[in-house]
This record gives sequence, C-alpha cells and structure tokens, in this order.
Amino acid sequence: MRAAAESPAAPGAPAERVAAPNAAVSAGPAGAAELDVRGDFPILAREPEGRPLIYLDSASTSQKPAVVIDALAEHLRAHNANVHRGVYGLAREADAAYDRARGRIAAFTHAEPAETIFTKNVTEAINLVAYAWGRANIGPGDAVLITTMEHHANIVPWQVLCRERGAALRYLEVDGDGLLDPDQLDSELQRGDVRLVAFTHVSNVLGTINPVAEMTGKIRAAGALSLVDGAQAVPQIPVEVEALGADFYAWTGHKALGPTGIGVLHGRREILEEMEPFLTGGDMIASVDFDGATWNELPYKFEAGTPPIAEAVALGVAVDYLAGLGMERVRAHELALTAHLLQRLAEVPGLRVVGPPDPERRGGLASFSIEGIHPHDVAELADRCGVCIRAGHHCAQPLMRRLGMSATARASVGVYNTPADIDALIDALIDGRQVFGL
Amino acid sequence: MDDLYRDYILEHYKRPRNFGELEPHDLENHEHNPLCGDELGVQIRVRDGRIEDLRFQGHGCAISQAAASIASEELKGMAVEEVAELDADWLIELLGIPVSATRRKCALLNLKVVRGAVTGDHSWPA
Repeated sequence: MRAAAESPAAPGAPAERVAAPNAAVSAGPAGAAELDVRGDFPILAREPEGRPLIYLDSASTSQKPAVVIDALAEHLRAHNANVHRGVYGLAREADAAYDRARGRIAAFTHAEPAETIFTKNVTEAINLVAYAWGRANIGPGDAVLITTMEHHANIVPWQVLCRERGAALRYLEVDGDGLLDPDQLDSELQRGDVRLVAFTHVSNVLGTINPVAEMTGKIRAAGALSLVDGAQAVPQIPVEVEALGADFYAWTGHKALGPTGIGVLHGRREILEEMEPFLTGGDMIASVDFDGATWNELPYKFEAGTPPIAEAVALGVAVDYLAGLGMERVRAHELALTAHLLQRLAEVPGLRVVGPPDPERRGGLASFSIEGIHPHDVAELADRCGVCIRAGHHCAQPLMRRLGMSATARASVGVYNTPADIDALIDALIDGRQVFGL
Repeated sequence: MDDLYRDYILEHYKRPRNFGELEPHDLENHEHNPLCGDELGVQIRVRDGRIEDLRFQGHGCAISQAAASIASEELKGMAVEEVAELDADWLIELLGIPVSATRRKCALLNLKVVRGAVTGDHSWPA
C-alpha cells in the first residue's frame, strides 16, 4: 500500500456538501491547543432533563457531525441507486459517489482503494482474514499470537480458527502499566511457529497505544503476517497504514464520526490476490457458470452482495471532516483532554485507573474503579448528572481477568469534548460517593 | 431521598444477608450476567419440600447484591414448588424501587440462579 493522493471528484459526480469543520482553536486548561467543534454535532444540543448532554463514550461509538448526517440523508434523498449494475444516469451518480467515497477513505489512511475493502465492522473484517486467509494458511504445528488486551472481536475468531485447524493460540502479556513486553514478542517469534500476530493499535480498556511499526517490523522479519485492530486508533491519531507496515489493518466507520454498518479492512495486495473469497454471491464474481465461478478484482472480490452505499458516502464525508480538522490537532486535543481526565480522576478518593499513567502512551480514554461502588452504579450515578460513560467488561473479559476485576467504568473522549465535560464527570463521581455514604 | 439507591438498598448492598457457603446443601447453581460479567452462585438446603436455608456467592452492583439479599430472606421457608413459579414481577415488587430496562437483569440475576437450581430452567425470569 502506498500513500494515495485524494482523487478529484469524478466528472458528473453528484454535487456534495464539503465538510467544513468549525475548527476554532482556543487554549485548553493545560495550555494545549484545543478544538471547539461541539456546535457541529446536533445531538450535543439536546438537554435531557434540562441538563446539557455530556457524552464521554466515544470509544463505544462517536457522535456524528451535521455534515455526515446530511450526507447520508442527501444520498438517499437524491442519488440512491444500486451500484455496479445500472446504465441509467442515477445509477452512474451512485457509482461515482460510492467510488469517490472509497478513494477518500483510502486516502485518509494512506492506502490504495483496491486494498480498501468495505466490511460491516471490525468484527467482520477480522473474521474475513480468519476465514479467507487463516483456513488456507494455518494448520497443525502453527501458532497465532494475540495479546491479553484484545477486544473479543480479535480473540474469538482466532480461538475458533486454531481449534478447527489444530493450531496453537498464544498470548502476549500486559504489564502493570498496561504495556506489552517487546522481549516477549521477540521470544515468541523465535519459536518459529508463529504465522500471524493480531493485536490492537489502541486498547479499548487500558488506552495503551501499542508501537505498531516496531512490532510489524519484527513480525515481518520473522516471516509472519500482522493484523492490527485500528478501531480506537483511526478516530483519534494519525494513521498511515503503509508506514505502519501491517499486512492487515481493520477499522470501523461508526467510531470515526461515520454511520454504523460500515467497516474497513486494508490488506496488502499480494496477500489479498492469493486469498479465496470470504462471503460469496453477487458483486464479488467475474462470471458464474452452472458449475463454478471466477472472482471479481480487488477490492470487490471481498464485497459480496449490495454494499453499504449511503454509509460509505457518509463515511467519506466523516473522514474529510477529520482531515479538515487535521489528525495531528485531533490527537493534540484528545491528549490534552486525557491528561486533564487522568489528573482530575486522581482527585477522587478510592479511585483506581488502569493502563499507562503517561497520557502520551494512551488514547483518549480512562477505565477506572471506585472502591465501594460497583462500576454499573458508577455509570448510573454519572447518568443522573447527564454524563454518559460506559461500565462493564468492554468486550475484553480475558483482560479483566488479568486485571483481577469483573468490570470497570470507562470515560472516553472525542473531538467534541471539552475540559468542562470531564469536570462534570468528576463532580458526578464525588456526588455519587456521597449517595453511597462514602 | 434517592429513588434507586434507597437506604435499605445500600444497607443490603453493604451488608448482604445470606452470603457465603452452605454445607451441606442439596441444590446449587451458578449463573452470570453476560452484559457486565457479574457472577452469582447459590447453594440451597431443602427440607420437607421447602427451602430450609440458602447462601449466595458472588459479587455485583448495588442492585444485584441488594436484590439477592432481600430475596434470600423471602425465599427461606418457601415451598420449592412455589419458588419454581416466581416471576420477574415478584422480585421487582419486592425490591420496591424503579428498575430501568438496563438494570433489570441486575435485579433478576438472583432469581435466575435460584430458579435454575430448583427447576433446571436457566432462562431469564419473565
């Protein structure tokens, strides 16, 4: 994959509203540059029970700017037709919008459009690799290496694959600061049986940012492939798939200001060419005869059936919006918020944060527990103050077991959050301790 | 006065009744709430067709712990046949607090565990 320039709008493409973020900059509490785009997100104007809505659950799903909501509706209202089939003008509009969206999405992560496969979500993207690549390339005596900080989506497909193929599944451990041990990766690779290493770019529980380029370099040198779960990374840090060196890189639209129902799998062309399809049916074929079929070219070979067309168009607008803000600035904004979050959480008595203490090594989230209050109650108490946070095992039960916890509360930030949102959470936690008589 | 976290709910949460091990016991069961990972087990001693004694084991939120504690006091002495017929409304009324849809399973986990032990039915109480 190489960096692809943004392709200009195809002739005859439907007029589309250009994402224009209100990228005002002001000084944050720590003096860092800070975005002020809350007004771009219509849902944040809601005031349930007379209080402003404070959304600190972006690691679950992001809110959507008006330009994305409008693009989704506008496509359905004015340009809707199936793609790759029609000869009429409207179908050409839909084709152009869909293809252009793929170009923008690929450019955003510095990938080739042919190496940018649309899936339903990250879960489907990982299953695609586990089925289409794994079942042809993993066998008895082979090993798949993952980490104990993975989301269930990057554990269960490998458990199923390894059980079915008689292969070993091994884990890289997480240390007390929520970091992987580079020496353990080296020693695992030296065993010579590892065919694939699958790991997350940014942990959805610990927040840890893993050193992807360093890891993929070692993995490739050992003759294994790498798959990176970028679900939490793409919305908040600059991601250049080519520079990261991953053979597969998966991410999802709905965490990156886009709609649900669309995910992305980037894969290295020579590997994708060798793979058999995952799902089969319409659109992924070149031709079908009574006793067989041949496969379409990349990326369509892996996109069976009518794809998420309006969702792709809207995701194209979402990544343009993020690119308009500038991903370096998005990262700076979320880093300042994360530092503020960690600093303020430390003021709450009995509160324990998991993951790296250094905000530079974290994405924009913090998971925590409060002594004497179960995480579900913490989330309930926050909700009463209009603050949305998550509680539970965050689809990472093996990690929770390693941490010796059954659940945590988790606050996560997005481009639209402000230090005041975090202050409201802290007030809610302090009030909550009083409710519990602590 | 807090609607949900009433004094008696927090009192049961902090000092749950009938938690621990019960030896000997005749019935036991263990269930978990897949939404949050909370786990709850129960051991029950039966005498003359009634629950003579029971103990819960596990951990969870204030609602799930308090619900188990409050229910345990009602379940002691109840006929096993009667326990098998208990439904979700019985428990929600017993709790006496407004339980939202997202917290319903927290409240019902103890009844699921007890019914599972008594009847072998591992479905959520309706």
